[in-house]
Amino acid sequence: MLQVENLTGGYGKKAVVKAVTFAVKKGEVLGILGPNGSGKSTLLKLISGILSKQEGSVVIDGKQATDYSQKEFARKVAVLPQLHAHAFSHSVHETVSLGRYPHQSGLFSSWSKDDERAVNEAMQHTAITRYKDTPIELLSGGEQQRVFVAQALAQEAPVLLLDEPTNHLDIAHQQQLLDTIRKQAVDKGLTVVSVFHDINLASLYCDRLLLMDQGQIAAIGAPQDVVKEQMVETVYQARVKTQVHPELPKPQITLLPDTTGEIQPFTVTLEDFTVSSDYVALRTAGPLKTMSSAVHNAGTGWYRAFVNRHVDADYDSDDVKAEMAAYLEQQGFHGTDTVGMMTAVTTEHAEVECYQGDFGTVLIAVTAGVGNAVDVSQALHRDRAPRIGTINTWIIVNGTLSDEAFIQAMITATEAKTKALQVETIQDPLTGTIATGTSTDSLLVAATQQGEFLPYAGPITPLGKLIGHGVYDCTIRAIHAYKKAKGWTST
Amino acid sequence: MNKSSVAYIVSIATLLVAIWLGVSIGSVNIPISTLWNTAADATATNILWKIRMPRVVLAGLVGASLAIAGAAFQGLLKNPLADPYTLGVSSGASVGAVMTLFFGISIPVFGMYTLPVFSMVGAALTMFLVLGFARLVDHSMKMETIILTGIIFGSFLGSVLSLMIALTGEELRQIIGWLLGSVSMRGWNYVTMILPFVIVGSIMLWLCRRELNAMLFGEERAHHLGVNVRRRKFMILIGGSILTGAAVAVSGTIGFVGLVVPHMTRLLWGADHRHLLTLSFLNGASLLIICDLIARTIISPTELPVGVITAFIGAPVFAFIFYKQRRKGAM
Repeated sequence: MLQVENLTGGYGKKAVVKAVTFAVKKGEVLGILGPNGSGKSTLLKLISGILSKQEGSVVIDGKQATDYSQKEFARKVAVLPQLHAHAFSHSVHETVSLGRYPHQSGLFSSWSKDDERAVNEAMQHTAITRYKDTPIELLSGGEQQRVFVAQALAQEAPVLLLDEPTNHLDIAHQQQLLDTIRKQAVDKGLTVVSVFHDINLASLYCDRLLLMDQGQIAAIGAPQDVVKEQMVETVYQARVKTQVHPELPKPQITLLPDTTGEIQPFTVTLEDFTVSSDYVALRTAGPLKTMSSAVHNAGTGWYRAFVNRHVDADYDSDDVKAEMAAYLEQQGFHGTDTVGMMTAVTTEHAEVECYQGDFGTVLIAVTAGVGNAVDVSQALHRDRAPRIGTINTWIIVNGTLSDEAFIQAMITATEAKTKALQVETIQDPLTGTIATGTSTDSLLVAATQQGEFLPYAGPITPLGKLIGHGVYDCTIRAIHAYKKAKGWTST
Repeated sequence: MNKSSVAYIVSIATLLVAIWLGVSIGSVNIPISTLWNTAADATATNILWKIRMPRVVLAGLVGASLAIAGAAFQGLLKNPLADPYTLGVSSGASVGAVMTLFFGISIPVFGMYTLPVFSMVGAALTMFLVLGFARLVDHSMKMETIILTGIIFGSFLGSVLSLMIALTGEELRQIIGWLLGSVSMRGWNYVTMILPFVIVGSIMLWLCRRELNAMLFGEERAHHLGVNVRRRKFMILIGGSILTGAAVAVSGTIGFVGLVVPHMTRLLWGADHRHLLTLSFLNGASLLIICDLIARTIISPTELPVGVITAFIGAPVFAFIFYKQRRKGAM
């Protein structure tokens, strides 16, 4: 739909955009990214003909842009500008109607039914019909921008060019606007080229991204091929990290601010643990990066309090999460700061131990009860509902873990736990085979993210060795304590 | 009936009433029926046809020209304070006119029309100088460039004017009288002289009515909407200058019509140029006819220059509008 070949140009004699070549297919949304002064807006102006090019060509719908008359071009390409001021008052309807200008010709050309239809549709799509007769200056910035989107849509051009359409808009308006544009692109097969300031927004809403650097293309491709740490760091000269989007396969970046001087170094020690009949708790001086299968604040996050709460075996609640949150607050834990687990085991029998390695220490805390022991390989045919977790394992590392290390730590810990059950010949009461765990075990790995960088936590890495040994050790001891409490053994 | 139809009907009715008043009221009151009553008194018919009618028509044309040019310039320059005199065209016309008075020039071919002809030539020369210079400074001819160039040329011509006035002896009164603006004692010849310019200029502007709407949102926006901005800009500037030059040539500088009329019209009927231009044209005609009526009757038998009346009414009205607008903006 839009082919740009070797496009070079800028203001006056100076070439801001140098030999840029790309093509956009019908129905595709292309985002143009780049640092300030990289030439992204200039590129858009060269395409829309506001600036005249020095070299190269712009082909729209199979025809050179320069071969179109001004009006013909406006029937092919609509442009949405950034927000701007205006001197005189126009109603919303009048403003949107201007989008029909390129479709009108002749001296007295009157307003046709088709014009009115296009204007009404455009106002509907942008949800501004109710402001029809309102003067635009009485609308908020977000609403005004929607009016101009409607104006551009009323042009009914197959190509839509946008220059930072969400500038100065709050996030709700950003979302509305881009959702609308995206929907139009999909429904009507519009070809959209938009300059973005915000890399994350561009990644979310574009099929492909074009990253400009000093007037040239640094990268072009699908968001995951352009929004890469290395790429963004080189072009923007900023320290960033990419992250996954929680719902979409679109990479997002986050800034890594320079706060090294502000972070107070701290280590977690055994003294930070409290063990009572109500719970095992850990409070740390600083937040730990945590990955867990807890009840409260599961998943990944930064937390400074950790609670393994004792509940009775017949504990029953309609909303476990809400009950747990209320319990934590009541016990004086700040909800957003705290990870919370539950166990039916007497928490006083918790095993908490500190293990010393070359890099630093690892603290392990385990509460174990094996009443609901399960052999996972035989679990397919069980139909019992899961009950309160019994083996809860915490691994607290004084060190800096990579994402891989977090997951490897979990594997290593699970293997150690299973081995402990095997050695203790814990049986699945239903199958009579050796159990691999219980029905609702929980695991938590947390790290201070200070000190030595530990990229891996497999069984033969320094960290993995400590975890394997520690978890095995603590689990065995916890099972012993459990057995003793139950009166199964005399030791 | 929609708003614009109402606007047209009201404006046309006002114009008809203005014409009726302008024709019938004066030192001798004459019923308008004299126009078509063949049995009417010959003197009355004479006054009506030879004096009142041409005067009213001329006032109407001058007022209409200034108002439509003002509306177009305000839209083009996106500046509510712009008026037909912004580009310095009227100064050029004035210099042309005052020169003929100052040097006592009278070219036989033109006879009594020497002054208006010189005046129009002055206006045309100024317009091309301003546009040419602006183009020289800035090839893309941004509006700021044009305004600044207009101001530069306007002040220069203004000083030429002052110089001539300073050096003037007994013709001073005549020059001042002309500068204050008047439509008295011109006759049908002046009407026929200005008419083609009014028609051409107005049509040029009217053809740009939709483009003016688009240009209100900025030249870049207009470009994106498919407007050939440069061509249209030229068309509007030249059309407006023709109208201004013609009006100044036949009546001197009559201030405030080009400023106030588009403003009031916009306030009453909205800023859509598809209607604003025509409505300003009609209302400008009405206003100047009424002002001229007041000028010649208020301290009768002495006549005041109509420019004094427009400024007298226009300045306070404008101040009021300005105050209201700023207050609205401050809220």
